[in-house]
Amino acid sequence: MSTKENRVTEIISRCSALFEDLEFGAVKKWKAAAPGRKAIGYMPVYVPHEIVHAAGMLPVGIFGGGDQLEVIQGDAYYQSYICRIPRSTVELGLTGRLDCLDGMLFPSTCDVIRNLSGMWQIMFKNKYVRYVDVPQDYDDAVGGQFYIHEMQQIREDLGKLAGRPVTDEALRASIVVYNAHRKAIRDLYAYRAAKPWQAPTAEVYLLLRAGCVLPPEEHTRLVHDYLAACETQQRPKRDNARVVVTGPFCEQPPLGLIKSIEMSGCYIVDDEFMLAFRWLMDEVEETGDPMQALSKAFLHRSAQSSSKYDARKEDKGRFLLHQVKSRGAEGVVFAAPSFCDPALLERPMLQEILARHKIPYTAFKYAENTGQMAPIREQAGTFADSIKLWSAA
Amino acid sequence: MNTAVKKQVQKEDAMWLQKELINRNYHELATAREHNRKVSATFVPGNLNELLMCFDFARSLPETNALQNGMRKKSGKMIMDAERDGHSEDVCTYVKADLGMMLQGQVGPTGDPLPHPDILLLSYTGCFTFMKWFELVRQKYNCETVMLHVPYQGDGKVSPAMRDYVVKQLKEKVIPSLEKVSGVKFDIDRLRQYMRESVKAEENLVRVLQSAKQRPSPIDGYFGAVYYIGPMFTAFRGMPEATRYYDTLWAEVEQRMREKKGPVTPEGEIAEEKYRLVVEGPPNWTSFRDFWKMFADEGAVVVASTYAKVGGVYDFGFRHDPERPLESLAEYCLGCYTNLNFPQRIDMICRYMDEYQADGLLINSIKSCNSFSAGQLLILREVEKRTGKPAAFIETDLVDPRYFSAANVKNRLESYFQMIKQKRTAGAH
Amino acid sequence: MKCFIGIDLGSTTTKAVVIDESRSVLGRGITNSRSNYDTAASIAKQEAMVAARFHLFREALAKGGALNGGLEDFIAQLERDFRLEQFLEQLADLEQVCGRNVANARFGDAAKGVAAALVEVFKRLREEAPTLFAPGAKRKSDFFRDIAGSRYLAVSEQVAKDAGLRYDMLLNVFDRSIIEVENRVYADAVKGHLLDALERTFVALPGTRKFAEKIRNPIQSVIDTALEETYVVGTGYGRARLPFSKEHIRSEILCHGLGAHVMYPSTATVLDIGGQDTKAIQVDKHGIVESFQMNDRCAAGCGRYLGYIADEMNMGLHELGPLAMKATKTVRINSTCTVFAGAELRDRLSLGEKREDIMAGLHRAIILRAMSILARSGGIRNEFTFTGGVAKNEAAVKALTGLVRENYGELTLNINPDSIYTGALGGATFAWRAVMEEGKAAEHREAA
Repeated sequence: MSTKENRVTEIISRCSALFEDLEFGAVKKWKAAAPGRKAIGYMPVYVPHEIVHAAGMLPVGIFGGGDQLEVIQGDAYYQSYICRIPRSTVELGLTGRLDCLDGMLFPSTCDVIRNLSGMWQIMFKNKYVRYVDVPQDYDDAVGGQFYIHEMQQIREDLGKLAGRPVTDEALRASIVVYNAHRKAIRDLYAYRAAKPWQAPTAEVYLLLRAGCVLPPEEHTRLVHDYLAACETQQRPKRDNARVVVTGPFCEQPPLGLIKSIEMSGCYIVDDEFMLAFRWLMDEVEETGDPMQALSKAFLHRSAQSSSKYDARKEDKGRFLLHQVKSRGAEGVVFAAPSFCDPALLERPMLQEILARHKIPYTAFKYAENTGQMAPIREQAGTFADSIKLWSAA
Repeated sequence: MNTAVKKQVQKEDAMWLQKELINRNYHELATAREHNRKVSATFVPGNLNELLMCFDFARSLPETNALQNGMRKKSGKMIMDAERDGHSEDVCTYVKADLGMMLQGQVGPTGDPLPHPDILLLSYTGCFTFMKWFELVRQKYNCETVMLHVPYQGDGKVSPAMRDYVVKQLKEKVIPSLEKVSGVKFDIDRLRQYMRESVKAEENLVRVLQSAKQRPSPIDGYFGAVYYIGPMFTAFRGMPEATRYYDTLWAEVEQRMREKKGPVTPEGEIAEEKYRLVVEGPPNWTSFRDFWKMFADEGAVVVASTYAKVGGVYDFGFRHDPERPLESLAEYCLGCYTNLNFPQRIDMICRYMDEYQADGLLINSIKSCNSFSAGQLLILREVEKRTGKPAAFIETDLVDPRYFSAANVKNRLESYFQMIKQKRTAGAH
Repeated sequence: MKCFIGIDLGSTTTKAVVIDESRSVLGRGITNSRSNYDTAASIAKQEAMVAARFHLFREALAKGGALNGGLEDFIAQLERDFRLEQFLEQLADLEQVCGRNVANARFGDAAKGVAAALVEVFKRLREEAPTLFAPGAKRKSDFFRDIAGSRYLAVSEQVAKDAGLRYDMLLNVFDRSIIEVENRVYADAVKGHLLDALERTFVALPGTRKFAEKIRNPIQSVIDTALEETYVVGTGYGRARLPFSKEHIRSEILCHGLGAHVMYPSTATVLDIGGQDTKAIQVDKHGIVESFQMNDRCAAGCGRYLGYIADEMNMGLHELGPLAMKATKTVRINSTCTVFAGAELRDRLSLGEKREDIMAGLHRAIILRAMSILARSGGIRNEFTFTGGVAKNEAAVKALTGLVRENYGELTLNINPDSIYTGALGGATFAWRAVMEEGKAAEHREAA
């Protein structure tokens, strides 16, 4: 029954169902398809997915509970001044929704996620739990060596969990798979930046989120399918302002908020949603020592984010400026989760740089379960209008 | 770390010594430029004082500046200035107090001017905010910055790879940067000498903190300990003056132990020790004395606290080791309290509950500090479960006066003390 | 006779409970907390003592059997008459203070007119007073400030109009005077008022006059019985302001735990949602608090949140629950932040959601917060007792019942209509224990 016209709708409704399924049915289905399959959860921002994949396991992105999860037990662990994602994640865990995961990886995103790693060790004693440190020193011989040790540890742990060691060959194969995935995501972002009316961010976002629960090979195909399907139909182009949304690299805004930004007259042409998939910015070396290759990609070719140290003062804001310039954006929307230390401490520095480059910006905070959209629509709408006036002048 | 001097405030000799040290340090900072000295800034947890001393830096600690400003009731305005300058109300108030102080013209807590640092030693240890803090200062004041990334003890131990990583950074990044900025060549024997001095002071600090195992405890292991850890965790460890301070302090405490005396508070001595508590979390600085008084008035003595280990954990055996200077600096950084994972933190608190015969655990949850605070409610639950002792939870902030509600805190503390008392009475039936 | 008294000084109301040697509740009293905690405590206590007298009247009269069948009507009439007597005395007092304040106010030429108007206002107030306390008369509040205030407003407006006088002058006089009057304690007058009220009651219920002696004697004997304040325990948010020694003060957590235990001896978990805070308390089988948690510094999800919503919706606080009960679905409200609630509320309304469905969502949101605090304190165990102002809100109770079942299964939920007195009852029980069980024993043990 699939006609070309409704292929987009079809893909997006599948993604939407995956996104809304807080029971992680897709993960359960994947595991059930072959005996002994294991799934490993990871939190934002970045973990080396390749190692999980090479161990024959499914990496599962746990990006909070969204705005449909009622958080009761999770709230019991957090004060009101802590962001939302750890509470909904704890809620998911304590209500058994993450039972399908055989382990969890907690990257060094901030102190809250860091501490959650230890809490998880206590609350889920029979699961594999690991804090994933990444170097804040970018020399191969210093930070690189440490990072390789860190990854090696995960590799050995997962090998044990899988019952067979993770070979270099498997790792190289996984790098190839993820290179293809990264390429697909890059294409998706390039396409959206070129024709944002053809690939609205609300759709792109759902498509990305599907990558949290699908194997990378399948997700790559899905992205290709979506891009192909997008080209088969023409959607109306609006006179919207082109903006980069920065800040939502960890706790995700509700889908309604993304829609609100678009509805208010903005085309999102770059963003930090699901930065995990774009953390390594280009292809990872597919031959040679795979651990070296992953390390080098991290040290020298990874995205900037506020969870990561900028070794030199002049590096600050480069990634954001590049996003703005390369995508032809006219302004920046700072959307930070409430109580998010990385995003909120980074914000004044980035704002200063934008001001220096005369790039307009606006800023607001959200939580993954933010309920009121009207103020955001209003603010983003005013921003879009002011950009148009500004560029007309 | 002294409160404003008032005639009626009781102070011991050690207190005066400390005050002298602190004032002298602020004076050194104020006059660094005229004496051609370079100025360093770094953080308290796992701080590398001995190393900085090797390069003749005048040493500033932004956290201490912020808390001193908090105690002197100056931080509120600074925080608001920083917020007006674009900082979120959600983030750490140490950072905002520091940036606010700079905005106000960089006059330090004692009224002496504080020069902008020549180097920011970003020892990224146990606190994410440190990284952003110095990035912010760097961006605004263009200071040379050197990162020392100290990995977190995610699985509860220090692996050789972690230590090697820190040592390598010290050798290849930190020391060369310090040499370059200071113009002083690194001399490892000088470092060893300072470390020998450190060990003497460390021995005495541990004795002092562990004196609280006695009943009654001669010290308060939280409010009092804040003073005792001052020289150790700031700009003085490794100096003979610090060693002398700890000699004097230990002599005083030993005397109190012999005389079976309780802790001295600014309001006087605690006559009767009614409750023995372990406290987790940093104190509030803006109402420090009022806060302490709420405990002292009820006869509540803190016998051990995790905050007294915020710079480094000495009581399980760590000492700086002049034989392995860089390795031991690395271990010091890796072992500070906020770099421990949750199971380690809980074990440590349970151990304190037992070894110090505490009646309960009190958590002072600090809005600013996610490193301490995120997950403390699990600590509370686990410690209650494991020790069977009651735990309580209050919320304040480091230096944001808007976040200290005296009535609220007092109400909860009183309820908690009475609950302990009632349980004890019921238990005696 | 020995009386054990608990006083709970809350942020909005002050409650007192009197119990006797056998731990039976003799009387309860409540008053607004005002700005003066001392007075609030005295008045609440006095109200409780008055209630105790009525309790004893009832007992004594029942024993005498004179009012066979008519006892409740008689007591009710007597109480109304007593309230009237009290009201009249306070009214007279208010008139005097108002008179003095007119003299001191800078009304210039108008002063004379105002004084004359006041005489007229109070004359009318006195005349209409009996109707305020007539059988079936509805009063929104029993506090003098509220009754006198609302009537004064109405009457003085009319009088001002008739006299061609500025209404605000009369209001000004009232505002200056009411605080002084409401902070006065009329303890000495109680006995006289009771006897005067009795005479009024005989007039109102002429049929009872033939048993006058059989009625008067037991009442007189109750009046003559000294109610000894054997031991008083104060609690509540303002407890530190009470002129009591430390020994006589307990935290409201302890009192709440014990009070709930006394009301329902199988209580294991207590939830109290008050105006300013939410408490979750775990008690053992003796009513001793094992652990407790309160809402964190953020007041999200307290009773105040409902007050804020009521203001936003331009409704009375007590109207919210019934509106929410009409809901056919529950709109998901995510913010329990009082600051954001208004915005979220308007957002939902603008999306076309029905008011009642939004209300149901708001009640659920509050209870969700409470569920988190309960989880923090160690969860809900059987039996579960719910107290505080919000326990009177049927929509909140409905949301709680549902969530408890979903998360903890079937268990007994206790809600006492007198739950507002839980803390004071706990205090009274502590007072009783201090004397009857422990004497000073607990203190000795503590010292040892």
